[in-house]
Amino acid sequence: MADKPFIHPYIPNSVPETKRAMLDELGLGSVEEIYAEIPERLRFTGTLDIPPAILSERELRKHVQGLLDKNTSSVEFLNFCGAGCWQHHVPAVVDEIINRAEFVSAYCGGDYSDLGKYLTRFEFNSMLGELLDLDGVANPIYDWGDVAGRSFRMARRITGRDKVLVPAHMSPMRLMEARTLCQPEAMANSTKIRFYGWDRETGMVDLEDLSAKLDDSIAAVYWENPSYLGTIEAYGAEIVELAHRHGALAIAGVDPITLGVLTPPGTLGADIACGDIQPLGMHMHAGGGCSGFIGFRDDDPVFAQECPLELYTVMETATPGQYAVGECMAERTSYGSRDQGKDWVGTASGLWTIAAAVYMALMGPQGFREVGETCIARSHYAAKKLAELPGVEVKLSPSFFKEFVVNFDGTGKSVATVNKALLGHRIFGGKDLSADFPELGQSALYCVTEYYDKADIDELVSAVKEVTA
Amino acid sequence: MSRETPQEKVARLARLRRDGGVLRDYRSPRYDEPFIMEQGTPGERGIFVPLAEDGVTAEVGAAADYIPEGMARTAAPELPEMAQYQVMRHYLRYAQMTLGMDLGSDISEGTCTMKYSPKMHEELIRGHKAADLHPWQDEDTLQGLLEIVYATGQYLKSISGMDEFTLQPGGGSHAVYTNACVMRRYFEARGELDQRSEMITTIFSHPCDAATPMVAGFKVITVMPDENGYPDLEAFRAAVSEKTVGCMITNPEDTGIYNPQIDKYVEILHDAGALAFTDQANANGILGYARARDAGFDACHFNLHKTFSSPHGCEGPASGAYMVTDELAPYLPVPVVTREGDRYHLDYDRPESIGRVRGFLGNWMAVIRAYAWIRNLGPEGLKEVAEISVLNNNYLDNLLMAVKGVSRPYAEGHRRLDQVRYSLEQLKEDTGVGTEALRDRMVDFGVQSYWMSHHPWVVPEPFTPEPCETYSRADLDEWAAVIKKGSDEAYADAQFVLDAPHAQPIDQMRRTEAMEDPDQWAFTWRKYKRRFEEQA
Repeated sequence: MADKPFIHPYIPNSVPETKRAMLDELGLGSVEEIYAEIPERLRFTGTLDIPPAILSERELRKHVQGLLDKNTSSVEFLNFCGAGCWQHHVPAVVDEIINRAEFVSAYCGGDYSDLGKYLTRFEFNSMLGELLDLDGVANPIYDWGDVAGRSFRMARRITGRDKVLVPAHMSPMRLMEARTLCQPEAMANSTKIRFYGWDRETGMVDLEDLSAKLDDSIAAVYWENPSYLGTIEAYGAEIVELAHRHGALAIAGVDPITLGVLTPPGTLGADIACGDIQPLGMHMHAGGGCSGFIGFRDDDPVFAQECPLELYTVMETATPGQYAVGECMAERTSYGSRDQGKDWVGTASGLWTIAAAVYMALMGPQGFREVGETCIARSHYAAKKLAELPGVEVKLSPSFFKEFVVNFDGTGKSVATVNKALLGHRIFGGKDLSADFPELGQSALYCVTEYYDKADIDELVSAVKEVTA
Repeated sequence: MSRETPQEKVARLARLRRDGGVLRDYRSPRYDEPFIMEQGTPGERGIFVPLAEDGVTAEVGAAADYIPEGMARTAAPELPEMAQYQVMRHYLRYAQMTLGMDLGSDISEGTCTMKYSPKMHEELIRGHKAADLHPWQDEDTLQGLLEIVYATGQYLKSISGMDEFTLQPGGGSHAVYTNACVMRRYFEARGELDQRSEMITTIFSHPCDAATPMVAGFKVITVMPDENGYPDLEAFRAAVSEKTVGCMITNPEDTGIYNPQIDKYVEILHDAGALAFTDQANANGILGYARARDAGFDACHFNLHKTFSSPHGCEGPASGAYMVTDELAPYLPVPVVTREGDRYHLDYDRPESIGRVRGFLGNWMAVIRAYAWIRNLGPEGLKEVAEISVLNNNYLDNLLMAVKGVSRPYAEGHRRLDQVRYSLEQLKEDTGVGTEALRDRMVDFGVQSYWMSHHPWVVPEPFTPEPCETYSRADLDEWAAVIKKGSDEAYADAQFVLDAPHAQPIDQMRRTEAMEDPDQWAFTWRKYKRRFEEQA
């Protein structure tokens, strides 16, 4: 490259004549004269330890695709693993819209020039609000664990209390993220996480234990529906009532794809809802498809005022009947007030908000009801068939949405062994729970969504039968 | 008069075009499209969903039987009922009313590094070998992805001079937050957390450099600039004590000014037993020219969606690469990607780790794009990126400083690297047209609206362009001409600018109290509608 000029298709002004002409305009001999701003002692003079460029698009494509081809995808194998990132069908229209250059490339453009982005955001909020039965929805951020932690901090600010009660079978991964956000307990402003029990027979919360642990020092009670272990929680209304009786907030963690058939958190009386929109039209992207939302009651402005995320409100323009969307109370955020804001925000998952908007609009009330019914029917079918196998047992509640716990103790095989063997049948087995939930023995969390049909499930059952025999 | 020859006509039209300048006669699409919640007809549907087969229901019965009492939804969600074409067309119209970067000549959004995101990379990440992977898959079936992540980490180590990395954070601010947590864990492990409670940043560093240490539980001290625009060294020295955790600062700062004494600031911190982090969200101008480690920093980060070409996606998903020295490596979030021979692993066995800042692995589609971009440029190409972005910035500066009403505060006689924070204070004083009004006028020429400044506005009436390597000389000329046009208009007919925009999908927004007033704000359509019903 030293011999000939390096003219790159992404760098138009790398043409030497252009560069020269621009330098002439500035009265400079070379760009080095600008770099004189960096003193010699801070200058890097070595060569970056990076392989030589693969210039042609064809060869670069071949190289990177060659690496990606070493992966095995859930299109090639049947995938029965969920545990926080779920394989649902992604409608073609969703991909068509989010792959539009305007949306893919947009960032923080203004209210007018990027109007469509803001209108879509407001529609996302409005449709998710319908699913949640809540009037307030904020602009989503990283993922469920992140918004769980932020919701805990929000409850702390609203109530002035510093403890949050969470179920002991909360997703361990989400708990880890929330703990990081809540600060070590020795710190003055930490939010302390305390646990209440769950019923080993049903997988639901232990209301008695929750009641015993609740007192006037608790800022919020958090529960998950479905629980991390898949059970549909029957006691949502009771949890809300108990929390409110002690002046605590009720925070529901929910999977929004369940809300065509399950009672939404707003109807149950929850003050705040959080969860992940990944099931609503996102490919899994090895977890990169996740995006966390926060919804809240808006009958008392304190919820919006203490909301940690960006808020957008519909507003009017100079022309009657014409709508715009504007940011609301920006000074709550770090962009408005730096370290005086409620929390920090940053570039998070805007494109997934658009995907979820398109998904919700396509599905409508009927699509959400049907996808819920199919998830329930097919997952129960899979559970029933697996439980018929010798030594295989389905644990916890008879009532789950798409995930359930399969125990292999009776087969004498570990989940790790079963899962390795299933790979030979081109199947990804369930999430191994044995390290996080030793009390469940050799158990795995299986996931069956509308994506997989009866034939796929029968294939799973016959493969499990073979590898556990 | 004799008839014009074809040649004469071409020449005349070319002259007309040139005399009109490089400004576009632009009109944004205006679809006057109602909200989707107001469209559709009961009974319409956008898509068929798989239904349970007879063989399934014969075995398990009705789904409703599995929903506990009181948990079955009784009122259906009021979502649109709309056929597929109509839904698709609605969002396509919204896409068209979004300029984005690809259409918008986005020199405008300084601090955002709006560079071209190669389209081939989109093909890579949309394929099932990248899009349809489950994060808990056996790592043997994710080897390609892990190899890409590991290799990208190695390249970023070379670019920063650091020893270890994580690509778990889902954005730049998220990586900066990770740093606050790593520093907290470092001092917690040393039993010094009681003593060390203060983080230092500067006012021209990104807001997340102040906000994330606050969330991590620290008191934040913000150092203001001296008269030259550099963080005041004496104020910085005075802020450092045995209570100091460290600093979280940028260089160059938002002003584009490179602090030539940056290593002195780091030395002051290290002498006090504190740590130093540099926010490298805007590393475009220093790639291959300066490394965080060489200035003494213990940690730094990069934005793969800025410097390394991954697209911004209407504000994410993005990726923050967080880089540390060996001393801080034990505290990185789990899992860490490691290599043994030809095999790549996800290492969870790290007892000193801060835990997690994100679920699963990270936004690794952004990493795939960054990997492809780095491999396409190579070591020489990365330096060329830096060099041209710095040249472009100074070329644009030369044009903008000739525009009436524009000034460039601080550091007279010093050149900026990748971006500049300008002021329109003079324009506002002379004409009443400030930076917000000009921002809302410039979009009428088909360029993206500029980034003004992070808050607070230390520079009055600010705007901050960043003409990275993507932009041609003609693009730079056009952008400067738009600002000049806005200035000319302001001096000739200020009201016309104050009434802007004039060629956008909607007319001027009423910036009412709705932004702050609970009786007016509506975050959802149901809330907005109900308010009218209540009033009726």
